Amino acid sequence: FSLAAYRTDEGQPWVLPVVKKVEQKIASDASLNHEYLPILGLPEFRANASRIALGEDSRAIKENRVGGVQCLGGTGALRIGAEFLRRWYNGTNNTATPVYISSPSWENHNSVFMNSGFEDIRTYRYWDAAKRGLDLEGLLQDMEAAPEFSIIVLHACAHNPTGTDPSPEQWKQIAAVMKRRFLFPFFDSAYQGFASGCLDRDAWAVRYFVSEGFELFCAQSFSKNFGLYNERVGNLTVVGKDADNVQRVLSQMEKIVRAIWSNPPSQGARVVATTLTSPQLFAEWKDNVKTMADRVLLMRSELRARLQALGTPGTWNHITEQIGMFSFTGLNPKQVEFLIKEKHIYLMASGRINMCGLTTKNLDYVASSIHEAVTRFQ
Amino acid sequence: MAALSLFLDVPLTTEVNWLLDAYQQDPSPHKVYLDHRDCQTETGKAWDYPPVSQTLLQISTDPTLDHEDLLELGFSAFTRAATELALGRESRALVENRAGSVHTIGGTGAVRIGAEFLQRWYNRSSSGPVAVYVALPQWDSLRCIFQDVGFTELRSYHYWDTARLAVAAEEFLQVLESAPEGSIVMLHAPEETGLTPKQWEDVARVMGKKRLFPFFDVPAQGLASGDLDRDAWALRHFVAQGFELLCAQSFSKTFGLYDERVGNLIVVARDSGSLVRICSQLQEQVRATWASPTSLGARVIATVLSNPALRNKWPWELPLWGSGRATWFGKVLGAWEGAAPPPQPGSGLCRKQSLRALVEKILLIREKLKAKLRLLGTPGCWEHLTAQVGTRSFTGLLPSQVAFLERSHIYLRPDGQFSLCSINAHNLDYVARSIHEAVCGSVWPVQGGDGAGAACPARPRRGVAQHLGQ
Repeated sequence: FSLAAYRTDEGQPWVLPVVKKVEQKIASDASLNHEYLPILGLPEFRANASRIALGEDSRAIKENRVGGVQCLGGTGALRIGAEFLRRWYNGTNNTATPVYISSPSWENHNSVFMNSGFEDIRTYRYWDAAKRGLDLEGLLQDMEAAPEFSIIVLHACAHNPTGTDPSPEQWKQIAAVMKRRFLFPFFDSAYQGFASGCLDRDAWAVRYFVSEGFELFCAQSFSKNFGLYNERVGNLTVVGKDADNVQRVLSQMEKIVRAIWSNPPSQGARVVATTLTSPQLFAEWKDNVKTMADRVLLMRSELRARLQALGTPGTWNHITEQIGMFSFTGLNPKQVEFLIKEKHIYLMASGRINMCGLTTKNLDYVASSIHEAVTRFQ
Repeated sequence: MAALSLFLDVPLTTEVNWLLDAYQQDPSPHKVYLDHRDCQTETGKAWDYPPVSQTLLQISTDPTLDHEDLLELGFSAFTRAATELALGRESRALVENRAGSVHTIGGTGAVRIGAEFLQRWYNRSSSGPVAVYVALPQWDSLRCIFQDVGFTELRSYHYWDTARLAVAAEEFLQVLESAPEGSIVMLHAPEETGLTPKQWEDVARVMGKKRLFPFFDVPAQGLASGDLDRDAWALRHFVAQGFELLCAQSFSKTFGLYDERVGNLIVVARDSGSLVRICSQLQEQVRATWASPTSLGARVIATVLSNPALRNKWPWELPLWGSGRATWFGKVLGAWEGAAPPPQPGSGLCRKQSLRALVEKILLIREKLKAKLRLLGTPGCWEHLTAQVGTRSFTGLLPSQVAFLERSHIYLRPDGQFSLCSINAHNLDYVARSIHEAVCGSVWPVQGGDGAGAACPARPRRGVAQHLGQ
């Protein structure tokens, strides 16, 4: 329940059927060779990955002001983006530019920006523990108070670890403040398609910001939605004012990449590119993604139903209102400890649970254990 | 929304790919690119090793394998096999459990993680910035990594004497003698540097005396001599002498797996306690860089290295054209002289390629190029072409002569370095003739003509001397 990977109802890892098919196709393709990929990555992958994020009819793509850099997973994309911003954004080598990360957020966000040289990493309010929901007021206040040109790390969908996303209306409010304060949006998109089962819906926030004229970065990961965790497939999408700006930015990113991994690995990118460029495979993939998303949604509704049926104290709607792989159960440390030690249910100290760990077989056990934890420990 | 871009002041940089860009933009049908990082076959495609393709196919159909994340330090079956390959199974460091490794994204990734580690943790008590010495031929590719992680004192050293066209061991030792204590020295082994074991022993002695830190770069173990152990001699000697060191390994060239970026950073520490602490820091660094490494390439290599049947074939599988070496050379020479068409991929001839065959092919190219230049009567001494080993070589050409070659649509680095693997039966003649014209058509080169090096036939043919007005 604490790992960040999808599991089937049998509790097993799942290699997407479309991925298996494409991998075999690639392995038996004698025309492919193993030459180095270009430094920025496989062109078909970059273009299609950005297209998936920004949409088929993206004006930004049509206006040729979008670029992509193939990176080592979402982490690699964040790192390249951060390294670039530290060198070239808001001056030259301005390590004092504040970077805002949500409270809480994925722990690694902090490390990536710190390792890239940023010295002023702050948090913006996000999770309201009392409400068990988004602290919008706190978030907006923090953004109003942020120095101009600060970098804001936003989760495109399925916020990790809370599973709580702003609604479209709330995103509009966030975008308005950020526009007024000249804040730079750096999206982390690790769950597109995986969250709601629909690629477009999960990309709504990113596309909205683009339509509002923002220049932005979006670090995309294909680990979860392609199940390709260990092949490290990521893409850094860059949206700029015009083609010339994007070209210059990409040239500097190439220089950065050259001093870290030089050329990215090919396999994962090839699998994704092959899938995205074939209408049939693309349809199959969307289907596979929906399978995963649907299972998670089902587990959410089943867990909530059981807790409500048991009459477990507290409200449990947040379980179905939250989205994606993770849920902030709202359990306190004592309750968490009980679950881990006495019930052998492993979740994070924060109360974060990976919904993929739930199966039809263990639902009852988990529900009754949570019930026991909540009634015995306050 | 602001009308001006946030990136308005970001300059365009073209320094990354300038040579390749120039080559690609050249419309000439005769153009030749001599700076390939990968080894090319006759058909101009990257060399690939059939057991690799077979293993890839096998992996893709294996129902027991999945895509679960590796841990930060990577695929242990691979790192174990790779480290043993470099250090030798009976290495003291392995036995004493003070050698560890990090599975990285290619050799570059290994150098990056190692450099970053050294910048943070090495020689912190030093009063001034720590100096890093990088060999001149690797200056372009490695300097940027060290600079990026924050080293400011970067110095180059050369082991190749451009005047005498020979290895400059004495000069190298002098550089080491005069280096500040505690400096980091990147050592490239085995290929290209071409130091003898005795010379390596001298290097180790001086480095020990001056407390210089060895950071080895082993991009192609096996491709210099065709012998895995011989190519690892220098590294193993340093380990046996008790040095703490880092070693960046790459398997791109030796397995033809360039695009899967398989590298390994080996750490040899003083004791196992230090090793644990060092690896914990490396883990943190990896987590903030690529989180965990890519699986596929490492899996392939681990499979080959741990399977006796496949592993034994890898370095010395029988080459394709006959069993005897003489026969093989004869047939290949014949094929080249008669300009026979290259073997088609997938045909029986292509199926048996091996590391040994690749090494022999490189040696052959060296021989052929030297022979052609001699036949043409190109002024100067060309012994250095066969005296050097490995996939890359110094031509000995001056920058003006390299510029001449570029006008003939041949692209190589300004320092005259080129990749042997970029030369094949189709372009050998053109390249040789163009070098000949470059040397004859330009100012008489510094090297060769004044009799430097007794073994070197320096006198030009009469016709050329007249042409030059001497």
